[in-house]
Amino acid sequence: MSDERTPQVPTEEGRSRPNAWEAGEPALTPRGTPPSAPVAGRSGAEIHAFPETAVGEGDVRTAGESAAPAKGTSLWRDAWKRLLRNKLAVFGMYVVGIIAVAVLVGPWIIRMTTGFTYDYIPPGQTLSLPPFTEPDGSFSWTHPMGTDAAGRDVLARVLLGGRISLMVGIISTIVSLLIGVTWGATAGYLGGKVDDLLMRIVDVLYAIPYMMVVIVLLAFFGGRGPLQQIFLLFTALGAVSWLTMARIVRGQVISLKNQEYVLAARATGVSTPKIIFRHIVPNALGPVIVYATLTIPSVMLQEAFLSFLGLGVQAPYASWGSLAQEGIQNIAVFPWQLIFPGVTMALTLFSLNFLGDGLRDALDPQMRKF
Amino acid sequence: MKFRFVLRRLLVTVPMVLVVITLTWALIRLAPGNFYDSERKLPPAVEKNIRAKYGLDEPWYVQYARVMRNIMSLDFGNSLRYETETVNDVLRRTLPVSFAVGTCAYLLALLVGTTLGTVAALKQNSKFDYAAMGFSMLGISMPNFVLGPILVLIFSLTLYWLPPARWGGFPSKSLVLPVVTLSAIYMAYIARLTRAGMLEVLRSDYIRTARAKGLTERQVVLRHALRGGLLPVVSFTGPALAILITGTVVVERIYALPGLGTYFINANLNRDEPLILGIVAFTSILVLVFNLLVDVAYGFIDPRIRY
Repeated sequence: MSDERTPQVPTEEGRSRPNAWEAGEPALTPRGTPPSAPVAGRSGAEIHAFPETAVGEGDVRTAGESAAPAKGTSLWRDAWKRLLRNKLAVFGMYVVGIIAVAVLVGPWIIRMTTGFTYDYIPPGQTLSLPPFTEPDGSFSWTHPMGTDAAGRDVLARVLLGGRISLMVGIISTIVSLLIGVTWGATAGYLGGKVDDLLMRIVDVLYAIPYMMVVIVLLAFFGGRGPLQQIFLLFTALGAVSWLTMARIVRGQVISLKNQEYVLAARATGVSTPKIIFRHIVPNALGPVIVYATLTIPSVMLQEAFLSFLGLGVQAPYASWGSLAQEGIQNIAVFPWQLIFPGVTMALTLFSLNFLGDGLRDALDPQMRKF
Repeated sequence: MKFRFVLRRLLVTVPMVLVVITLTWALIRLAPGNFYDSERKLPPAVEKNIRAKYGLDEPWYVQYARVMRNIMSLDFGNSLRYETETVNDVLRRTLPVSFAVGTCAYLLALLVGTTLGTVAALKQNSKFDYAAMGFSMLGISMPNFVLGPILVLIFSLTLYWLPPARWGGFPSKSLVLPVVTLSAIYMAYIARLTRAGMLEVLRSDYIRTARAKGLTERQVVLRHALRGGLLPVVSFTGPALAILITGTVVVERIYALPGLGTYFINANLNRDEPLILGIVAFTSILVLVFNLLVDVAYGFIDPRIRY
């Protein structure tokens, strides 16, 4: 950006007109938006007011100032537009949104309307009712997903299960983000021997069958109490799913720290922390967000495996995995006890994966799968 | 050069197995309680005898050294739960089951996945492409403990075609559902990887050259494109084995198969230390050796790789 060959317009004092960066104006705001309005180009596409794009006399900024203030297009708004064009990603976004809202407010609505909660066992032993059925066999809206082997409302349990599954997915992803970003950024930024050592550790860890260690951990340290179990679960899952994140962040940091704009920022005297946080981090964020979105479903799947094996979430709480495990006992007679939690989970993972794929296409055009 | 690379990797592999074992052993030891604990409190004299018998009264480093010695000599001792059998007996009994299911699943996934991915890449943005990719996304998102029971519900409990569970020997109908259930997720991954790899390769210069030479489309795809396009699939083989092991645990649970996974979970619930360590050691060695083989194979397939 700070290219000395940029056309300079002489001012009355006889010295060149101060450029934007000399005036203390950053070339990019932290979100990647150019500080002044871009102008419309020949084909109607917007051109950013960087000195490089200057055509003819003066720089485009002058033209931009005289024109009506056009709306700036940031990296993020661009990506958002691309995301909205991807129908599957939009579908995924809607489904994830609906499920998130449902698991948040759903249990409360059910308690208000039918009086059922995830652990309420109605007196009178009406066990395993099919969906939309009353104990006498007539149609009713009380249990849209039927009841389970103890007479509890399956819908309420599926919603609670979703709450816990999503929570474990998100928190584990945050844990893996914290470890992965720190590890990768350290390796990438420091380079040299530190980089070699840190990444060799990652290479080696990649080859371990983790789930076995996690299973041992949960089997031996679990069962203390339902809440400790959930805590153990997301720490363990987060601690084993940061490897790819570390690789991605390292790659990003390495490719960014040698970019010309970082060099330019350094040449114009921007301090190192400012370079990292204003220039490198916002640009490395795209792939990190993409990968984090894809980590959530994979962690949820692992949590469900563990819960299915009886090592994850414990009663009275439930997750989609443990509900499926309960459901499979009576699959031949009461298939809805497996199908509803199972299909809800598959739908959620399906949508999250589509959303992640869409985000990748939108945020990271180089990684696009054509 | 290759030889040195293999040697260096082997030198890393051996300590890695020991690290995994140590970690597992430490977890087991740090956990409160003992394998002989039950509802009823044992008389102190009995407890003392049990501790002496299994060497639990020795200092931890002596116990650790014994465990390591056992691992090095690949003799894991007797199982605590199946007292008449050594860990090696259990491995010998359960491994064929897991091996048969796992290998069949991986081969099926490889066959269907690469075919789907290649055709999808060749017919990019066609109906077939979208269908194949939607299908593989479903495969990735559908947990196998949901897919399995649904298949059972359809093929065993409604159509009565296949047995719902139990092990009926290697070439038998009872193998079909577990294999399909286990392979779904790899099939999906492999189809996606193949498609992405093929799309990239099909745009490269050497494919254009091959076309310009006047080769038939069939020759271009089979002889030139596939070789480069399948590279991502080859590098997925290593991680795939690790996922395969996790998947096997669940699939064996669903279909009540007497495989390694079932015994691993039971060993954990029974606190059967020798059996846990034996299975962890065995699978770690398997996975690490497999990864090494994949890395070496990679160098043969892709001449651009230098060690």
